[in-house]
Amino acid sequence: MSRAALLVLADGRFPAGGHAHSGGAEPAVTAGHIKDAATLETFCRGRLHTAGLVAAGLAAAAAAGLDPLLLDDAADARTPVPALRQVARRLGRQMMRAARATWPGPELDALAAARPRGAHQPVVLGLAARSAGLTPLDAAYAVAYENISGPATAVVRLLSLDPFDATAVLARLTGDLEQVAAQGAEAADRAATEGLDALPAASAPLLDIAAEAHAAWPVRLFAS
Amino acid sequence: MTRTLPRTDTPQAPALPAGGLRATARITARADAGGTTRLPVLDGGGPFALRHIQSHADQARVCLIGAMHAPLGGDRLRIEATAEAGTSLRVTAAAATVALPGRTGDPATYDVHLTVGEGARLAWLPEPLISAEGSDLRMTTTIDLAPTARLVFREEQILGRSGERTGALRSRLTIRQHGRTLLDQETAYGPGAPGWDSAAVLGGHRAIGQYLVAGPEFDDKPAEVRLLGAAAGGDADRGQGVLAPLGGPMALATAVAPDGLALRRLLDEAAAG
Repeated sequence: MSRAALLVLADGRFPAGGHAHSGGAEPAVTAGHIKDAATLETFCRGRLHTAGLVAAGLAAAAAAGLDPLLLDDAADARTPVPALRQVARRLGRQMMRAARATWPGPELDALAAARPRGAHQPVVLGLAARSAGLTPLDAAYAVAYENISGPATAVVRLLSLDPFDATAVLARLTGDLEQVAAQGAEAADRAATEGLDALPAASAPLLDIAAEAHAAWPVRLFAS
Repeated sequence: MTRTLPRTDTPQAPALPAGGLRATARITARADAGGTTRLPVLDGGGPFALRHIQSHADQARVCLIGAMHAPLGGDRLRIEATAEAGTSLRVTAAAATVALPGRTGDPATYDVHLTVGEGARLAWLPEPLISAEGSDLRMTTTIDLAPTARLVFREEQILGRSGERTGALRSRLTIRQHGRTLLDQETAYGPGAPGWDSAAVLGGHRAIGQYLVAGPEFDDKPAEVRLLGAAAGGDADRGQGVLAPLGGPMALATAVAPDGLALRRLLDEAAAG
């Protein structure tokens, strides 16, 4: 096992296409819900404990070796709007390309063949972590961190927020991040014996509604 | 998530919290030899009283009457309704359900299990669930659909009575068809649910609802995405929502609003198609 691989996987420069997505921050900025570091932190905390927790559970389960195709179905059932299902698959396809180049392995090849248009990104990330020799908890950390670092980086561009302030927001959320990653890994552990219903299914109504509204905008800075 | 649960590490501690009501209500709709829907099982119990109200064409109609305040903390309530093959059943409620604090601080549970058989129709249209300040309710709704089943399902949650804060409300909605899970959604609001009132989750709204329609017609023609209320450019005080196709033959509307009245308008707008 190589813990250092986690740094490569979680690095914002890992070429998996995440930079084009704001994680719902763009519509939240436009609606006036995110206007400074404090409101960014509130938004990220809500996102982390809902969409982030679901993603952490899926990624940890994939890293633990649970069937990625069943996990992909479970991800669909936990994503009630098509805009977010499409985004998750598009990001999954890009993550797959990067992962197969970085940590090639037969399990990644098999998932890529079974889901040529992309599996849900947290499932692919979890499988990439597995291929890199990382643990389920490592995968949960990587996906949960990305879940909030994406919006924080986007808000630097959208609001011209000071990057120091945005990074301080992420630092203040590390306690929540640890909690969510641990919950995701613990749920994945239970899912191995109890079935996939044990995985978190936390929903965020405003993220779902805003994602569909945002997808209909004629001009936008971020893809989601 | 970190709420105080009864201690189970002391040898004397009971496995379940003492007190609290345990009640299960059951409804079964069955087609008779002539194809008319009958109700061979209509069992109330505890806080539930069930009334067979006048049938409408070939549809059996049941009204759920809350005979006392429930669920209180510590209560374990369950409703099972089955629309067997070829039947048509509509279930409504006479009034909202209010989750209230109990004497012990234990959470209450309220489990709803709906089963819809081949060619059957179920309309499940209760009144809102209101989470009163200090209450703690864990709700689950599990729906099993046969491949040709039709379902209309509405769920509304109001966080706090007028002018009060919300209780803790966790609710999981799972819909399976032919054994495959097509929707799995858990909501967690109020004390113990980090970030629940953020702009990612509720953003100050106090009424949340879902309206789900399932039927084989969506196999040929999936629902189209439709924005509702402020999401479609309306006033912010109307709330907002979206109607969208799910992975299977069904469509789900999700809406958030300042209050129950605005929420019902959004869900009615979704239902109007």
